[in-house]
Amino acid sequence: MTRGWPLWEVFVRSRRGLSHTHVGSLHAPDAEMALRNARDVYTRRQEGVSLWVVPSAQIVASDPGEREAFFDPADDKVYRHPTFYDVPEGVEHL
Amino acid sequence: MTSADYALGLADDALVSAQRMGWWISRAPELEEDLALANIGLDQLGQARSLLTYAGALEGAGRSEDDLAYLRDDREFRNVWLVERPQSDFGVTIARLLVFATYQSELYAALAASSDATLAGVAGKALKEVAYHVDHARLWTLRLGDGTDHSHERMQAALLAEWPYVEELFTPAADAPVDPASLREAVLGRVGAVLREATLDVPDVASTVGGGRRGLHTEHLGHLLAEMQHLHRSHPGATW
Repeated sequence: MTRGWPLWEVFVRSRRGLSHTHVGSLHAPDAEMALRNARDVYTRRQEGVSLWVVPSAQIVASDPGEREAFFDPADDKVYRHPTFYDVPEGVEHL
Repeated sequence: MTSADYALGLADDALVSAQRMGWWISRAPELEEDLALANIGLDQLGQARSLLTYAGALEGAGRSEDDLAYLRDDREFRNVWLVERPQSDFGVTIARLLVFATYQSELYAALAASSDATLAGVAGKALKEVAYHVDHARLWTLRLGDGTDHSHERMQAALLAEWPYVEELFTPAADAPVDPASLREAVLGRVGAVLREATLDVPDVASTVGGGRRGLHTEHLGHLLAEMQHLHRSHPGATW
């Protein structure tokens, strides 16, 4: 019962067909309790149909110090955006 | 025919337990557990509302769920002693929830298949809720019972404190679609299995002769009702 419980990241799928989205984090002693805590903390208002919990320590994050090297080169590559095509009418999820 | 007293017993068990569960809000060992216990209390409150409305209809005196919840004195309440005593110890809360939720789970399963269509409807919906309550209590019982020496000792002490109040749940009832006495074996079997897995002993203690179903209560219920009913009695009909 101490602050020693590890941190978990919570992902919720709000309905079938959509992907899981990160919604926040919580403390729990193990994976089983993390899943149940996530149910109580993040889905008690019918927010989801599926839950993932991941130990926060297992997330590998990009380094803010390397942001420019990581992301800036994409700035001037407009041709990577699929904006040069005519989208047929009625296609919603492109 | 279901008696109004029987429906009141079901309703008051859920209502009083919900009020006790609410005590944990802001006091649980972790924020996550705070929300879990509050959620369980709110589930029970939802069950109590449907059951109180039905009890009011059976009684036929025109009393609404609010009238029954807020304007009765303790002698008119029909809940068992198990749920009305304070539960400021986390182990006691878990021990009590394990017994009570398992009892509700067997009760609602039987009611859902009973000839009383209203109770069958309420019970059918509540079954999924209490399945989660049982699971929550079971997981904590396993962790505390099969945890450290200290947690094992506290959990065993909590069971000892609650056990004298278990038998009252199975008091035979007349005019009941499901006789509580018929649930005894199944409930104690399920609870016993969890305790064994948690390396805990089923306490061997004499039962208290609780009188909750007849309106006889411990001194604790009056204090609980004073807090629960204060607002409604001071400001009749208050809403937000």
